Amino acid sequence: MLRLIRGATVAAMALLLGACQLIGNEDAPLTTFRPAGPNAERIDDLFWLVFWIATAIFVLVMGALVLILFVFRDRKKEDAREPKQLHGSPKLEVLWTVIPALILAVIAVPTVSSVFELTGCEDDSMRVELTGHQWWFEFHYPDQGVDTANVLVIPAGEEVCLEMTSDDVLHNFWVPALHGKRYLVPGQTTLLRLEASQPGEFWGHCAEFCGLSHSLMRTRVQAVSRAEFDEWVAAQLAPANLPADGTPEFDGYQVFLNKGCTQCHTIRFDDEASSNIVLSELFNGPDLTHFASRNVFAGAVLPEGGETHEQALARWLADPPNVKPGSFMPNLALTAQEIEDLIAFLESNT
Amino acid sequence: MTATAERPATTIFRRPRSTTGLWSWLTTVDHKRIGILYGYAAFFFFVIGGIEALLLRIQLAQANAEFLTAGAYNALFTMHGTTMVFLFIMPASAAFMNYLLPLLIGARDVAFPRLNALSWWIFLFGGIFLYSTFIFGTSVPPVSPDGITGNLAPGGGPGSFNWLADSPDGGWFCYQPNCGPLYSPGTAMDYWALGIQILGLASLVSAINFIVTVFNMRARGMRLLRMPVFAWMTTVVAFLLLFSLPIIAVALFMVAFDRQFGTVFFAATSGGDPILWQHLFWLFGHPEVYILILPAMGIVSEVLPVFSRKPLFGYSAVVFAGAAIAFLGFGVWAHHMFASGITPVAQAAFALATMTIAIPTGIKIFNWMGTLWGGRLRLSTPMLFAIGFLAMFTIGGLSGVTHAVVPSDWQQTDTYYIVAHFHYVLFGGAVFGLFAGMYYWFPKLTGRLMSDRLGKVHFWLQFIGFNLTFAPMHWLGLQGMVRRTWKYAPETGLEPWNLAVTVGAFIIATSIAVFMFNWYRSKRRGALAGMDPWDARTVEWMTPSPTPEHNFSEPPVVTRLDHFWHLKYDEDEEGRPVRRPEADEMLAHLEDVGRHPTTPIHLPNPSYFPLVMAVGIPLVFYGIIYHTSAWGKALIVVGALIMLAALIGWGMEPLEEPHEAHEPEQEGVEEESGHV
Amino acid sequence: MSELATAAHLEGETTGVENRKLGMWVFLSSEFLFFGALITNYLLYSNRAGFSGVYPAEIYDIPFTSVSSFVLLMSSLTMVLAHNALSRHDQNGARTWLFATAALGSVFLGGQVFEFTEFVVNYDMRLSSNPAASAFFVLTGFHGTHVAIGVIMLLSLRGMSRRRGGLSDSHGMNLELVGLYWHFVDIIWIVIFTVVYLLSAPPA
Repeated sequence: MLRLIRGATVAAMALLLGACQLIGNEDAPLTTFRPAGPNAERIDDLFWLVFWIATAIFVLVMGALVLILFVFRDRKKEDAREPKQLHGSPKLEVLWTVIPALILAVIAVPTVSSVFELTGCEDDSMRVELTGHQWWFEFHYPDQGVDTANVLVIPAGEEVCLEMTSDDVLHNFWVPALHGKRYLVPGQTTLLRLEASQPGEFWGHCAEFCGLSHSLMRTRVQAVSRAEFDEWVAAQLAPANLPADGTPEFDGYQVFLNKGCTQCHTIRFDDEASSNIVLSELFNGPDLTHFASRNVFAGAVLPEGGETHEQALARWLADPPNVKPGSFMPNLALTAQEIEDLIAFLESNT
Repeated sequence: MTATAERPATTIFRRPRSTTGLWSWLTTVDHKRIGILYGYAAFFFFVIGGIEALLLRIQLAQANAEFLTAGAYNALFTMHGTTMVFLFIMPASAAFMNYLLPLLIGARDVAFPRLNALSWWIFLFGGIFLYSTFIFGTSVPPVSPDGITGNLAPGGGPGSFNWLADSPDGGWFCYQPNCGPLYSPGTAMDYWALGIQILGLASLVSAINFIVTVFNMRARGMRLLRMPVFAWMTTVVAFLLLFSLPIIAVALFMVAFDRQFGTVFFAATSGGDPILWQHLFWLFGHPEVYILILPAMGIVSEVLPVFSRKPLFGYSAVVFAGAAIAFLGFGVWAHHMFASGITPVAQAAFALATMTIAIPTGIKIFNWMGTLWGGRLRLSTPMLFAIGFLAMFTIGGLSGVTHAVVPSDWQQTDTYYIVAHFHYVLFGGAVFGLFAGMYYWFPKLTGRLMSDRLGKVHFWLQFIGFNLTFAPMHWLGLQGMVRRTWKYAPETGLEPWNLAVTVGAFIIATSIAVFMFNWYRSKRRGALAGMDPWDARTVEWMTPSPTPEHNFSEPPVVTRLDHFWHLKYDEDEEGRPVRRPEADEMLAHLEDVGRHPTTPIHLPNPSYFPLVMAVGIPLVFYGIIYHTSAWGKALIVVGALIMLAALIGWGMEPLEEPHEAHEPEQEGVEEESGHV
Repeated sequence: MSELATAAHLEGETTGVENRKLGMWVFLSSEFLFFGALITNYLLYSNRAGFSGVYPAEIYDIPFTSVSSFVLLMSSLTMVLAHNALSRHDQNGARTWLFATAALGSVFLGGQVFEFTEFVVNYDMRLSSNPAASAFFVLTGFHGTHVAIGVIMLLSLRGMSRRRGGLSDSHGMNLELVGLYWHFVDIIWIVIFTVVYLLSAPPA
């Protein structure tokens, strides 16, 4: 039995050591350890302050405990003396009340000040209205008039203020590299300031359990230079290309029009008549006008595991609820040809 | 207390008389038997909750795994949390309280033995009610506000075990509006809300009973500050239950009314506030955390002194720290909601309040270490678990402080970091403490010792498995693994740690199997324990083991804290204990008197009515779920009639039968009691 | 059983308050929080602007509710009289006052039924109208349920008192327990009447 324990211990240790290699894992895009903006950096500093204090206490307490166990273990000697019957010590009680209180005071000061600094937004920061849906994030830029989904594009080096609400249940917007979490509450507006110091792509996730496919409600934030951002806005404001008759894209467009996609998805074309603008708040799927400009879709879940955008889209269109259980995008029983055409059409909308 | 003087006019209700067999267990009002029933039921649910956890861990061992469907996964984590909190730790603590509280304070029974039986039956039927959701519950596919349904069977999608999806899937926290009528249609969440309501009722009745017992039933000389710490913690927990349960009762009624009768408390579309639910839930939920941990702290405070052969260091500090934790526990609920958008002022205030809780918690930990300091530490199994508690709980406490640092919590909340934290507190803390208690008091229960060898195997397996399971979760959380996640992408780099966690979970499961084997074998073939196997300090060991039905032939007259110890030991000039020469003789005498009481002892009579009353309650609740149908209404009426009948029977049954005086060694000898 | 007084317990440490009475006090302290939560819940919603439908505070009939509140208040008085009568061993008096208490309680309940009917039929304020209406109905409904349970307890006490020998000493304790409960329910109503009816106003 002892051998078994020893074996298990060795196995566990080996596993732990192996896993330790992965602590500094650079391939953890959701990690909180690589803050990329002032808000997250402030939090990170605070975390490490508390972490080291806690570690010091941990080492002291565990060290003392192990020492006590080692020194005072009953060695079952005949002549072992009985211990002195100590009942307590008011001095010590005061000591170990006051010292933790002081340590906590040290932690409390930066805690309270940072709460006020990191909540809310500056008045002049750029606004983005964020609406949570089961299971995707919708972004609306009121000043620019841009509508997009899943991928939030922001100018680097500037504070962006998210004005958040939810269309259905609670959601929780979290991009670890940029800031902590904040709820999206139906019927209420919450604020979250984001700022990326440098251009880059940051992963995010809905952090509040929001139903069947909560685990598949993800997001991306792309920080770009101001110039690129302005270009991006201009491109987003442009209408989609109406495909020419006889092209696969045109066939895809026909599928889009006739297979039910138009019930929920908006696409804006140059010409008002061909545009499909969904006004109903109830039937609301992501705006697809510039679908192909987003590197991820379906709640920022796809593509995954190295597949291409087209492969992922084919998988998604074939049976959405099988990829994302409970998805309100139904399985429209599209034929392989229809899917191919639809992909051609959607991928042309850059 | 003088009510016995009179016999009711009616004698049509006879009280049951069986002392053995099934009927005796169904009608028992003996606090020890009720404690045992609670214990086995709690352990049964522990195993169920553990199996649920293992299924969850298999799903998470790999990225993008498709072992469970999303619906099954959500249902399993909901039921795992609900089961472990309400059906394992709470009733397991209740088992200890029931069995031990009267013994620890030198009483024959609790203040209201029939109410005690009622709590147990309500708890059992509440648990069965909750779990019957797996059979009767439904969870239909999500419906968007306009009535579009997803095109799947409940749960659905890739994976197996989809039949499990037809059960509560809104989380044990039931956040609104996700678990409201619009987004969790079907009956499963109704089973959850009403099941918790029933379990709360059971706890409320227990709490009242324990409070009155502690205040009115102590043996002579057992002043409040001479009570063992476990009795104190029981009292504190009873008050916590008393003041927090009504709040969750209101909140659950609001949920049930929203779901059943069309109120709009949490419906955002009609102006309801989903955040209000969180305030109410955590106003109960945070005290609930202390309801779960304080009994274990009490157990550890009993075990450490005995195995250190020293009194508890700073007894009154430990007691008052426990009370302080409970009191402060009502003022920190919003630290569960730092990300919900409450004002910065509120966040700062709740952060400070939360930090203050670390102070009494620290006082406890330091006093326990003071108890160990300078002792003669016998590292038997109960002691190992108590020390394991101390170490693991310290880790949980420290990670708890990081949540009080609000911005840090914004990153950590709703990630596996939180899962790690509260498992260190509730598994590393409460469950280790409960196991310490099981090994420690097993002789009290059975008269035999549990195998120390197997106990140590159990401890080390559990200790290693526990740390392998929950320590990596800290890293997982900080690396961005959100909670309640059915799948995670391979690109997140979370897979290796998750595999380690799953391995750890199975090691824990193995350790529990070792424990169950040890329990089963020791019950039959364990070494005989005698009356005082651990050289203990408190009065429950002043009576033979297994405890006679009447507890004490002569209730102790307590002269000081650790009364029993001081009967056995004197102190020399250095303050070291010296065994009194008459100690062995006294023990022999106590054992003899304990088995053969010299005077007839009246014990509370068994009763049918707690069981009958408790049967009525789930019937009414089933009826409420199906109240729109005729048979649902009929169930409500039938359940109410059963309860009414039980109430009448309860009131009318003779307070005491013409007595069979309790003569444990001479069964069947009847003797008229002399009380009339 | 509390009733099981063994000699040892009599000598033990106690508060001196009979078990059942202490138990009732403890239970009522829990009930205070139950109603506290319900009342808070109502206050949170009662004057939040923007709900569709009627707010309860717009349609209260204060004179009517004042009368029914007065009736309930009087029932506390008759409860005290019943208790006094029994302690004087005046079985007939106790019986009469118990009945009076139950009757006043029933009148109050009747008033509540009337009030609810008015609200639903004439003003179309229902459980589902808005959160304020939900909170109002659930709060007052739970209070009414407590009153109804009290009435049942009063009537069963009176029923027992008809037996030979009338209400004995041990039933005297029952009467005291029911009395405690009844006064509690009255006090809660005073709070509800003041806070929910008199002090709350619909949003401006």
